[in-house]
This record gives sequence, structure tokens and C-alpha cells, in this order.
Amino acid sequence: MTTTDRPDAAESAEPKGATEPNGPNGPSELAEARKVTLLDRILGRVPSADSELTQILETKTDEGSQEMMPRARTSTRELSRESGSVLRLPEGVRLDRSDIDVDIPEDETMILNLGPSHPSTHGVLRVMVELDGETVLRSKPVVGYLHTGMEKTAEELMYHQGGTNVTRMDYLSPFFNELGFCLSVEQLLDIEIPPRATWIRMLMCELNRISSHFLWLATNSSDLGAINMLVYGWRDREMVLAFFEKVTGLRMNHNYFRPGGVAADLPDGWHDDVLALCEAIPRRMDEYDNLLTGQPILQNRLKGVGPLDAATAIGLGVTGPLLRSTGVAWDLRRDQSYLAYDDVDFDVIVGTEGDCWDRYAIRFNEIRESVRIVRQIIDRMPSGDFRTQDKKVTPPPRNRIDESMEALIHHFKLYTEGFRVPPGDAYVPIESPRGESGCYIVSDGTARPYRMHMRAASFANLQAMAPLARGALIADTIAIVSTIDPVLGDVDR
Amino acid sequence: MSEVAQAEVAPAEVAPAEDPTTLHGCPLDARPGAVVVHCNRDDYLPLMTALKDDGYELPVGVTGVDYLTHPGRDLPAAIIPERFEVVVELLSLEHRRRIRVRCQIPAEDPATPTLFDLWPGTEAHERETYDMFGIRFDGHPDLSRILMPEDWEGHPLRKDYDTGHIPVQFKEAPK
Repeated sequence: MTTTDRPDAAESAEPKGATEPNGPNGPSELAEARKVTLLDRILGRVPSADSELTQILETKTDEGSQEMMPRARTSTRELSRESGSVLRLPEGVRLDRSDIDVDIPEDETMILNLGPSHPSTHGVLRVMVELDGETVLRSKPVVGYLHTGMEKTAEELMYHQGGTNVTRMDYLSPFFNELGFCLSVEQLLDIEIPPRATWIRMLMCELNRISSHFLWLATNSSDLGAINMLVYGWRDREMVLAFFEKVTGLRMNHNYFRPGGVAADLPDGWHDDVLALCEAIPRRMDEYDNLLTGQPILQNRLKGVGPLDAATAIGLGVTGPLLRSTGVAWDLRRDQSYLAYDDVDFDVIVGTEGDCWDRYAIRFNEIRESVRIVRQIIDRMPSGDFRTQDKKVTPPPRNRIDESMEALIHHFKLYTEGFRVPPGDAYVPIESPRGESGCYIVSDGTARPYRMHMRAASFANLQAMAPLARGALIADTIAIVSTIDPVLGDVDR
Repeated sequence: MSEVAQAEVAPAEVAPAEDPTTLHGCPLDARPGAVVVHCNRDDYLPLMTALKDDGYELPVGVTGVDYLTHPGRDLPAAIIPERFEVVVELLSLEHRRRIRVRCQIPAEDPATPTLFDLWPGTEAHERETYDMFGIRFDGHPDLSRILMPEDWEGHPLRKDYDTGHIPVQFKEAPK
């Protein structure tokens, strides 16, 4: 059905292109050129270097193509990157094309798109791979399909509105986005938040880490053929999200952390709810251990697949479970502690081989460690304010507004004009389920951020795609994408 | 082996102690929560190379800021304010330290050497900075747009790039 529709759609799109001011023939020629190239790619035919078609493609924009080009059209440095070698040669040594391990003639290989719409690409990730048979020679992730300009949007929102924006970035761990944003704003404001707010934030973050890893466990297992785990993973994530809904009113995109504390105190009975989660989750994890960990099929799909070494991971700026799988015990909660992580006991889970199996084991056991932290938080949750009493950032409580004109005016001004943040820049790193996350904020002294940049863990981790996929089979590439665990909302923002 | 490692580390520990206001000749701004080094564009690559030798092995990120409408920010005296800034965040796992480098980039020629040869992990971040601000990174292996479509015109996070508005027509709901 779709194949018959497609030519019509293309034809109807043509006249639109022709009305563009570029000239009468320009756009349609381009469209023609694209069509032929696609066919060429499918058939494995590569246009020669001096053909008119290639020239049109190359001069289409001065930026160059985002896609992975045929090897003959790719520079040596780029080729070495795509084929996964993180080479840093001493100065004066020129990289030779023969050093790069792609020695199969180009007419025997095929460039293939994995994605952007395929369930195992976790959203809209498109991975271009050059294949020799079933073996990946080089690969390049093409991203941006989910880009909605959230960093530009953030410049138009006041600081108390910013949380609504950032929480939608990494939509599987919204609390970490909000935390990164709030900590940076608080550093600029130079305010202390009360202990209860800190511990509530820690509680929500650790539960969020559990829910995020549960979803990873579900999707990773379904990518590898363990479909039943998909259902269990979603089910258990829903237990945690039900608690989030009770606290924040929403299952996702909470906007619960605000500069100065949290939006509301924990509801009555939160203690029992969290305790029930802490009882249920470890039991479930033992079941999944039985279901998955000992299973030979899963082991064969993961063990030895996509090995990453520590030097490559560090050079590529990879953090989180990917870095820890290479044996580097780096967890910001322990090594550059924030909130009150200094006061709780937990282990940093570290791998040895850096393969998919280690990444699986690390995330699996991080759920257990998070449960351990949550139990300590239940016992030690301090009482007191859940947000700072600094009148500059905190609105007056609801009952004060009814009886005091000043409180009403204060509330009105805070929500229409926002609060001013002293000029400067701040970046506070935190350990999100996917690695180092944080918000770089530049303030010019007004009530809106002058610039807000989210350091997205998924975006940096995706650079590990090429070294991991090199020499792997297509089926392994799916396992590799899955264990990198990119969230495309975070990558594209 | 450990002696060699210590010998490499020692100069890095001593250098800031000699003159607490500069690091490798660039003004240092150490405040609570962050260590920031400012530099002009000519000092950018030598500074980054020196930082790499100091043990900052993990590239956390590269991004840009367009100071078009906020030129009067607080900068050390030796730094000539320019329209753009490239901000690089680096991390040393061994010393548990991080450092932020803010490099001034002039508006008339927004270009700077790439850090790809020092840290291959800056590749995607530099592409994003190029895409969003139009700052070119000379020597970058694949300087193409990464988030915007490749035929997009303009660089969206520049301050003179309008957000634009979509006209909204309110119509009756279809019956």
C-alpha cells in the first residue's frame, strides 16, 4: 500500500519545491538527484567522483552531508572515526588510509540505514552502517529527528518555568534534568536549600533511577528476544511511576524540583508506599535474575559483544554505566558528591570487560543499590521545610494569600516577573542513570537565563557507537545500541 | 611505573600554586563550585594542550554562548570581550577535579581550532556548537550540522536569530 502511495506524495511535493525562490530548476533537479542516489545506494552503485550528480550533492549546502558518505568521498580522519578507531597520533605523523581497517572493495559492501523508525533504536535514532555481508565495517549515528530547540525555548522562560522545559529532555529520568537545572540556578543564587528538600530530591532521584533502569531492562530484553521481560519491566516501572504520580501529580514530566526546594511536601503515607516498593523490587529482581541472568541465549547475545576499553571511553567523554563497565570506578554521587550522597552507604558497581554483559550487570545491580539508598532515606528523612524560606524565590504559602494583601502582591509579582538571578555562569554535574548530566546556565542578571545548555549524557555516550559496532554483526549492533541506552529526547533536545 | 606517574603529576600540582591568578598564562577565576580559565582565541590551543598534559583526560562538553545582547559580562582584564564564547568543560578522573575554559571568539571570523586531536569525544559537541552558533572548528573531521536539517539556514542559538511565530487560526471544531 505504502509503496504505491509514495510516488504520488513525491509528485505532489514537487510543485511546492518549484515555487521556492531558488530558481525554477534548482529544487526539482535536487530532488531528482536525491532519488537517483538513493537507488544507487540500494544497489550498491557509487557515483564517480566527478559526476554532476555528486557535485550537486556536495554543494547542496556548504556544511556537507550529515549522512555517512561512500568511502571514496570521506576524509581519512572521518573514516577513521567512523570505523571506530580513536587514534591520537603524535604530531607530524600522517594518518594513512591503509592504516584503517576497511580493506574490502567498495562495490562489495553496502551502506544500510538502521532506523530512524525501528523499535530497537529506542526512539528515532538512525544508525548508518557499512556492511560486508553481516559484519559492520563502520557506522555513524545520525541524530536530530527529535530536536525541538529546547535550549532556545529556555531563553524565553523564567527560572521558575524552566523546570517544565528541561524535564522533557531526558524523558525517562525527568527528575535528573530538573535537579541539574535547579542546582545550577541555586549556585548562581547562592542559596542553601533545607535538608528535607535535599533528601526528598535524593529519594525521587533514586526511585527515578530504578524506573529508568527498569525500562532499560524491559527494552533491552525485548531487543534480544526476551519478550516476556518487556511486560515485566514496564509493569514494575509503573509501580514507581504510580508513586511519582501520588507525589507530583504526574507520571512523567513532573516539574517537581524548583529552584529553592521542591514544589510540595511528600504526601501522607509516603513512608508506607516507598517501603512497599523497597519490599517488592528486590524480590522482583531475584525473579529476573532467575529469568534472564542464567539464561544461555541472553548470555550468548551479550557476552563479549561490543567491548569498550577504558582509554577509549574516557577519550570519548563517555560516562555512567558505560564508563563503569570498563573498570573505571567513577560515580559522581561518590566522587564529586552532591545533595547528601556523602551520608548514605552504597556501592559503585564496576565491570571488567566493558562488553554488553557488563553493562547489563551494572544496570541490573544499580537497581539493587538504589533500593539500598532509598531504604536509608526512609529511615533518615529529616523534618522541616521542603523549600527555602528565602522570600526572593519562594512564593508565600496559599493560606497567607487569603489573609494578606502583601502576600498576594508578592505572589503575583513572583509569578509574573520571576526572580532575578545574579550575573554569572554555573554548571553542576550530577550522575543521571545514563551518565554525567548537568545544566550550564549563563545569567545576565534578569529573570530569564541568558543561555541554558544541557550536557546530555546520551549525546556524549552515542559517540561510543562507532568503536563498539566495529566488526560486530547487525544483530549485535542492536544489542550495542540497547546497552548504550540513549534517550533520543536527551540526545536531540 | 608509579614514580613516572607521580613525576608527571607533580608539575601540574605546583604550577597553579606559584601564581594563583593564572594557569598556563591565562587568567584563572577560582570561585566556589567551579574553576574557570579565560583565554583569547590565540591562546586556546596551547592552553588546551597544556590542560590535557595536566591530566584532564575526559572531555565533558563543548558549547557556545552568544554575548551579542549582554556584552558587559565580568571578564578578567587581560581578556578582550568578543561576541562569542566557546565553553569547554574538562574533567580529571584521577585528581577528581574539573575545569571550565571560556574562550573568546570574534564575530567577524567565528572560527577556532578543533580539539578533536586532543579529545576525540569533543567531536559531536563541536558539531552541535557549529550547528547552533556557526562557530567553525578548523580541522574538525566532519563539520556538518548535527541537530538541524542539513539544508537549514542560519544558526538558531545566535541571539539575532528570531524564534519566529506560527500564526494560529482559531476555527470551529469539525462537526
